[in-house]
Amino acid sequence: MKMELIQPFINAADAVLSQGLNSPMEIGNLTMDKDAYRLKGVAAMIELTGDIEGRVIFDASPTTAAKIASHIAGTELPETDSLVREAVCELANQVIGNAVATLNDQGFHFRVHPPHLHTSEHGPKITGDTEALVLCFETSSGSVFMNIALRYGGSAANSVSA
Amino acid sequence: MEQFSPIKRSKDGQAVRYLIVDDSVFARKNLARIIESFGGEIAGEAGDGMTAITEYERAKPDIVLMDITMPQMEGIESAEKIVQQNPDARIVMVSSVGYQENIVAALQRGARHFVQKPVKPEVLYEVIKYVLGEDGVVAAAAGAGA
Repeated sequence: MKMELIQPFINAADAVLSQGLNSPMEIGNLTMDKDAYRLKGVAAMIELTGDIEGRVIFDASPTTAAKIASHIAGTELPETDSLVREAVCELANQVIGNAVATLNDQGFHFRVHPPHLHTSEHGPKITGDTEALVLCFETSSGSVFMNIALRYGGSAANSVSA
Repeated sequence: MEQFSPIKRSKDGQAVRYLIVDDSVFARKNLARIIESFGGEIAGEAGDGMTAITEYERAKPDIVLMDITMPQMEGIESAEKIVQQNPDARIVMVSSVGYQENIVAALQRGARHFVQKPVKPEVLYEVIKYVLGEDGVVAAAAGAGA
């Protein structure tokens, strides 16, 4: 995976999480993962097709997800509240939407599919990608993970490899 | 959340009425909270573009806040259909997918403005004032001038 594909996601996560939580965040661990992805808790997966293909998973522990959702909603939400899962999906949407906007303005054209929600109880592993970059963002509410598996697709693959 | 000086309808001094369209319940609740901090009233909500059209006809809101990526019918198509039937409809697209092509397409098909998610209340507030133009007036905040 090229850094030019990854950087917009890092920038978007920084902007969205910092604004949503009203506090700066730090980028923690950055690792490559070749195994099936084991969810941390509440996760939203968004697929991309077109000049860039693959998927991005936005993931947090149930406690962190509840803290983030509560902060943004301005009211205390229990971990079991469906709004907590909705919040993770919406944050994923915002991060990926912002990153996609940057990449699109750079000339990449692709489609973003609606997010799928996963929880660790119902789907502990996600397979299907050979290599993924796992980013950990340290926020004031806890760690948020972004697992990115993207590759150039279609005409972009040809022009990049040319 | 920060409180803003209420934006009222200039014709009758009543609260501005909003239709919020987004497939995310969380996003709708968040937008509703922001709108309330502007002194606005939620006239209706919809989770997809199709429902937005029927909700618009039912509620006849002053402003529509419309997401783009939604199931069944996307926001830009829904906005176009609403404006075809209601040329005076004021639709503000609110989306994270804010790239040039999308913004231009939305404006060409009838939207009045575009706000990027995550929504900054102060940005949306200015956009609402701009889109309402002379049909909106900023009232003195409660307690001001006392």
